[in-house]
Amino acid sequence: MSKDIRIKKGLDIKLKGIAETKVSVAPRSGIFAIQPKDFHGITPKLTVKVGAEVIVGDVLFYSKSNEQIKFTSPVSGTVTEIKRGAKRRILAVVIEAKPKDEFKNFGKKDPNSLTKEEVSASILESGCWPLINQRPYDVIANPADEAKAIFVSSFDTAPLAPNYAFTLKEQEAAFQAGIDALSKLTAGKVYLAVNESKSFFNKVQNAEIVNVTGKHPAGNVGVQISHISPINQGEKVWTVNAQDVAIIGNLFLSGEYKPNRILALAGSEVKAPQYYNVTIGQQLNSLLDGNINADNSRVISGNVLTGDKESAKNGFLGHYDNIVSVIPEGNVYRMFGWIPFIGSGSIHSASKTSFSWLFPNKEYTLNTNLNGEERALVVTGEMEKVMPIDIFPMQLLKAVIANDIEKMENLGIYEVAPEDFALIDYTSSSKIEAQAIIRGGLDLMINEVG
Amino acid sequence: MKFIRNTFDKYKPLFDKGGKLEKFAPGFNAFDTLLFVPNHTTKQGAHIRDGVDLKRVMITVVLALIPALIFGMWNVGFQHFSQLGEAGSFVDYLIYGSIKFLPMVAVSYGVGLGIEFAFGIFRGHEINEGYLVSGMLIPLIMPIDLPLWMLGVSVAFAVLIGKEAFGGTGMNILNPALVARAFAFFSYAPSMSGDKVWVADAASIDAISGETILGSLAAGKEAGYSVLDMFLGYIPGSVGETSVLMILIGAAFLLFTGIASWRIMVSATIGGAVMGLIFNSFGVNALMDFPWWQHLLVGGFAFGVVFMATDPVSAAQTDKGKWIYGFLIGFIAIMIRVFNGAYPEGMMMAILLMNVFAPTIDHYVVEGNIKRRKNRQKNNLETA
Repeated sequence: MSKDIRIKKGLDIKLKGIAETKVSVAPRSGIFAIQPKDFHGITPKLTVKVGAEVIVGDVLFYSKSNEQIKFTSPVSGTVTEIKRGAKRRILAVVIEAKPKDEFKNFGKKDPNSLTKEEVSASILESGCWPLINQRPYDVIANPADEAKAIFVSSFDTAPLAPNYAFTLKEQEAAFQAGIDALSKLTAGKVYLAVNESKSFFNKVQNAEIVNVTGKHPAGNVGVQISHISPINQGEKVWTVNAQDVAIIGNLFLSGEYKPNRILALAGSEVKAPQYYNVTIGQQLNSLLDGNINADNSRVISGNVLTGDKESAKNGFLGHYDNIVSVIPEGNVYRMFGWIPFIGSGSIHSASKTSFSWLFPNKEYTLNTNLNGEERALVVTGEMEKVMPIDIFPMQLLKAVIANDIEKMENLGIYEVAPEDFALIDYTSSSKIEAQAIIRGGLDLMINEVG
Repeated sequence: MKFIRNTFDKYKPLFDKGGKLEKFAPGFNAFDTLLFVPNHTTKQGAHIRDGVDLKRVMITVVLALIPALIFGMWNVGFQHFSQLGEAGSFVDYLIYGSIKFLPMVAVSYGVGLGIEFAFGIFRGHEINEGYLVSGMLIPLIMPIDLPLWMLGVSVAFAVLIGKEAFGGTGMNILNPALVARAFAFFSYAPSMSGDKVWVADAASIDAISGETILGSLAAGKEAGYSVLDMFLGYIPGSVGETSVLMILIGAAFLLFTGIASWRIMVSATIGGAVMGLIFNSFGVNALMDFPWWQHLLVGGFAFGVVFMATDPVSAAQTDKGKWIYGFLIGFIAIMIRVFNGAYPEGMMMAILLMNVFAPTIDHYVVEGNIKRRKNRQKNNLETA
C-alpha cells in the first residue's frame, strides 16, 4: 500500500547551473575539518590533542551533554589544529590527511538480526549517530528517546538540488542496509518519501513508501511529516538524509565508517557544474580551484536557501551538505529597481510584480542582493502561499518574536524547523529573517521546556 | 546615473555611524533607497531573495490609483463647468481639476511624509513606505473644496494618532486614510457632507448643486443620473470614487499583480449585494428601493472595496478571516447607507468598524487551528 500526497503550496525556484549527471572523484584535499557549528546545540568535549594520529572512525570529540554521541574522524591523518573562537569556543578540529586512509573496524553486522540496543550501539560507536536528527527542535537525536517514526526523503526540491536517485544508484545495498538499521531504532515505521516511480527507492524493504509530489518544499521532511504523521507535543520524530542512510548502511555492510557522498557542485558561477565524490569535512578549495568564477561570488555549503556561506579558499564542506552552490554576490545598486516589472528578465519574484511567474521554466541567475530593506510586516497572505504545513506562519513568527512560549506551543512550534521557513525568507516583501527567528524560538523552547 | 550614485556615495559617510549627520541617516537613506535599490546582501537565512519589497508593493498600489486619479481630476472640471452650463474641452476640464486637486496631493504628502521623516529620525528607524499609498488615498476620498488647512490637520491626526501612536507602518489598527477622513468628517462636518461640497465651488455659486446620488436618495428624491453615468463616473462625489470603470481598471492591476486580496474584494462585493437584495425585498423608501446592483456603483463602495478594505495591515490577516471581514464590510456599508439618512455614505464607517473587529476574526480563525492541534494530541493520547 502506498500513500499519495500532493503538495499544492510552495515555490520552485529554477536557477542556472544545475549539476550535470556525471561523477568525478574530487582531488583529495590536504586538510579536513569537523566543525561543531554544523551540530546545533552540541558543546564538544575533545578527546584528541594537537599532534594526535587518527584513523577513520577515531573519536575526535563527544557531546558534553551526552557522552554517547561521538564525532569521529572522516580521514586518517594528524590533528594539526584546534581552531577556537571567542570564549575559547571550538570552531574546528583540523586534520592533515595522509595520502591513504586506514579504517577503524567496527565489525560487519546484519542489522536485521540485531536488537535495537545493538544497532544504536554500533551507530553511536562509529560516529554515525550525528547523522540522525530529531524533530522537534531540529537537533541531533537523543539515543535514549523513543522515536515515533523515522523519516527519510529520497528527493530534494530546493533550488539546484542534487538528484539522490542518481547519487545513490550504486549504493542500493547500502541504502537498504541503512533502512534496515533505522527500522530497528523505532517502534513505529520508517517512512521513505519518493517522487518518481522508476527509482530503486520504490523497491526498498522495511520502510513505508509514500509518494509525494509538488513544488518545493515537498522534498523537505518537515512537510512530509506534517502530512503523514504530525508531531504532537512530547513526541519525537527522527530524520536522516538519504545519502546518510547509505553511510549508516555501509557501516553495517563493511564494518567501517565511510563518510563519503556524491556532492553536486552547482550554480551559475560554477564553470562546469557536475557531481563529485567527496568526503565529509573536505576542504572546499580542492573542488573549487579553477572551477568557479571566483571574483565576487559566494560559495555556499548547502543549497541557496538554507546553506552556510563559506570561504572559497579555506572553507570546509558542512557535515550534512549534499550540495555546494556558487552564486554571484549582489553588492550592486540598481537604479529605481523597485518599479514593478522593470528588469523582469533577471528579477525573480513569487509575487506577480515581475513577469517571472509567466516563465516558470526559465532558469535565473540570482545574486545575493536583499532586493530591498527590512521593514515591518505589512503584506499578509504571502507566507501562507509557500507553507504547506498546517500552521499559521506569520502568527507563529510573531509569537516567537514576542517570546510567548504558550502561544508558540499552541501554534505548532514543535512541528517546524528553520528550513521549513526558508521560502518565507525568500518571498517576504518585508525581508524578515524567518529562519533565524524560528531557530531562536526553538532554542528558547529547548531551554525552557527541554 | 553614475553621477547621481557618486554624489550619494560622496555624502554617505556624513550619515554613517560616527558621521556628523548620523542622526539624519533615516532621511538620507529614504532618498538614497528611493533612487537605488541598495547594495545590501544577505547576511543570514536564505542567500537569495525575492525581487519584491515594500517599495514595489506600495508603488504598485499607487499605479493602480492613477486611472481613478486622472479621471477624477477631469471630472472635477467636468462637473463644475457642466453644472454652470458652460462647455469646455477635455484639456480645460483636466487643467481646472488639476489646479483644484494637485495642491491637495501636495499638502497630503507634505504633511504626512514630514511627520514620517520626523518620526524616523527621532526614533532612529528607517522610513517606511506605507505613507506613499495613504498620502495618495487621502485627497482622493475628500471633497474637492475642502480647505487645505483642514486637509493638513486631518493628515496630521491620521499619521500621529492613527499610525505613529501605534508604532508606525504595519502596527496600526485602523486604515490611516480613513482615519483622516473620519477626523475631517466629525470635526468639519459642514465642509465634509451635505449637498454643497461635492462639486467645485458649489457652496459659493448657486447654479451648482453639489449633491451626490446617495444624498438625493436619502432626501427622498430620484437618483437623477443614468446607470451608465454612474458606471463611467460622470457624477458628483469625492475625486477618486466616482468612476467605477477606472476603479475596476485599478482593481484588475492589483489582482494581476496579486498585491491586493481578491478574497476581500469578492466577499465585500457579495456582502454589499446580499444586503442590497434584502433591502430591495422590503423597499420601503427610496434608498431601500434603489436596485442592489446600483448600490455597488454609486458612492464610495467600489473605491472602498478595492483600495481601502484591502489594506493588508488593518484587514484580517488569515485567508478565512478575509472572507468574513470583506463580507461584513459590504453588508454593513449598505446597511448604514440605508438606515442612516443623515450620513448616506456607509463605506467609511463599515471599513473602520471592521478594522476594529479584524483581529477578533483572526483570533477565532487561528483558534480553530489551535483546537485542531489540541484534538490531535488528545486523540493521540487516547489511542496510545
